[in-house]
Amino acid sequence: MQEYLDIVRQYDVLGAFWVNIQLAFWAAMLSLALGSVLALFRISPIGSLQWAGSAYVTVFRNMPLTIIMVFMVLGAWGQLELSLSTDFNTNFFWLAVIGLSVYHAAFVCEAIRSGVNTVPIGQAEAARSIGLSFLPAARLVILPQAFRGAIAPLGNVLIALIKNTTVAAAASVATETSSVMKTMIEFRSDYIYAIFFTFAIGYVILVTPIGLLTTSLSRSLAVSR
Amino acid sequence: MSAQSVLFDAPGPRARRRILLGNVVGAVVVAGVAALVLLRLADRGQLDPTLWLHAVDADAWRYYYWPGFLNTVRAAALAIVGAMIFGLLFGVGRLSSLLLVRTVCGTVVEFFRAVPVLLMMVFFWLLLANGGVENSSFWGVVIALVLYNGAVVAELVRSGVHGLPGGQREAALSVGLTRGQSLRSVEVPQALVAMLPALVSQLVVVLKDSALGAIISYRELLQNARQLGAGEGNILQALAVAAVLFILINYGLSKLAERLSRSMRRTSGKTGTMAAGLDAGVGTGATAVAAGPATGVEEGPGAGTGDRDHPTRWS
Repeated sequence: MQEYLDIVRQYDVLGAFWVNIQLAFWAAMLSLALGSVLALFRISPIGSLQWAGSAYVTVFRNMPLTIIMVFMVLGAWGQLELSLSTDFNTNFFWLAVIGLSVYHAAFVCEAIRSGVNTVPIGQAEAARSIGLSFLPAARLVILPQAFRGAIAPLGNVLIALIKNTTVAAAASVATETSSVMKTMIEFRSDYIYAIFFTFAIGYVILVTPIGLLTTSLSRSLAVSR
Repeated sequence: MSAQSVLFDAPGPRARRRILLGNVVGAVVVAGVAALVLLRLADRGQLDPTLWLHAVDADAWRYYYWPGFLNTVRAAALAIVGAMIFGLLFGVGRLSSLLLVRTVCGTVVEFFRAVPVLLMMVFFWLLLANGGVENSSFWGVVIALVLYNGAVVAELVRSGVHGLPGGQREAALSVGLTRGQSLRSVEVPQALVAMLPALVSQLVVVLKDSALGAIISYRELLQNARQLGAGEGNILQALAVAAVLFILINYGLSKLAERLSRSMRRTSGKTGTMAAGLDAGVGTGATAVAAGPATGVEEGPGAGTGDRDHPTRWS
């Protein structure tokens, strides 16, 4: 037991999780911003923007995240010389963040749009009938209900994002959990089960509270109809 | 039907002028972004026709894409079958009347839903390799996909049964079936039919996650494209071809799932859509298809994407 704890310390398992949490945090911010813009495009009355939004969603929702991550390193950095930092590791970290954001933005967009779709048409008709014009109707009546309807799907995207930060391994981020786990197992295969369960439980601990929180939030904030 | 009907009235002459203006501006911006990307590509010599030709010629297909594609399909097909068996076992287990069985199945399902697929792949790959199993990367991919997607299917089964009208079980019990018999021969079969569209959507997730196999050196489509690109110096082009292949297949499958759920809604009415309600949102690679039009009522931490006809309800 003591020996195993030493191994955990030696390979800095907590530090590996911290890298994944940071990846998840920045990717969540960026994908929320990008996804909101895309959702605006898709619910706007302007045809070309609608088209751009749905084309983006179709492309990235159907593409494996691994391809995007490989592309960020071998394509965007290797061939197109897109560099985000002079430091090697920092550069890969941000390339991975961009890859994750680009992919999950498509899902954020769909989550927000599904929130708008939970608002019944009667709400908009009622808003218009009491004389609200477009912006007040959207601000006072429709969007507040839409956001409350979007909490559960957005929480699911966040959970998927946290788990998907392990795919940063494909973008050469060597300090994140799946890479560290691989190295640990390769050097200490006598502890293979303990190592796997350490990392697995780590993710259960990270993901479960978020699932419970968003479920209870979406229930308590739900618009009862 | 779409969002505009909530947010927008039918446009009058002034709004139509504004929409036209927005259209022009939007088109210019989209075209501008595309032009910037193309300029950058041209600047780095990536638009050189020989690079693209080498990425799509007969040799590339014969030696790289086709074998890779076959390996992807092999792993995905085996995984979806395994996931269905796993999902049925544990989904029914979660509905058992025995507390112990329910708890064990629930814990197993929640565990595999929370652990990233890639961690499981790496673990099983190295475990099998240490045990001297041939094709350890193939089995690593398959087992990880079965466990994760099986857990998702188990949730589908459970929510499908919960979505059935209570009268189904009451009727089964009243003709003298036990609870287990009622589950096996009345409720689960109906839930299975109702969850068919969700299963097809899950196949998209399986296909996408099978690309994780490239990280554990399974020679699937992405890995082969990467090798082609490394050999010919056209990694960008090879990746683009692989991406297009994935998008086409998955887009086709998503459309099929949509069609299925539409026809199901027609035939089985409310029961069908409600049972197919849980959208396996918590997908890893995945987030499943968070916007299939058929997603309706949901249970637990699945995604709740209700459409207009069946708005999400949280009771």
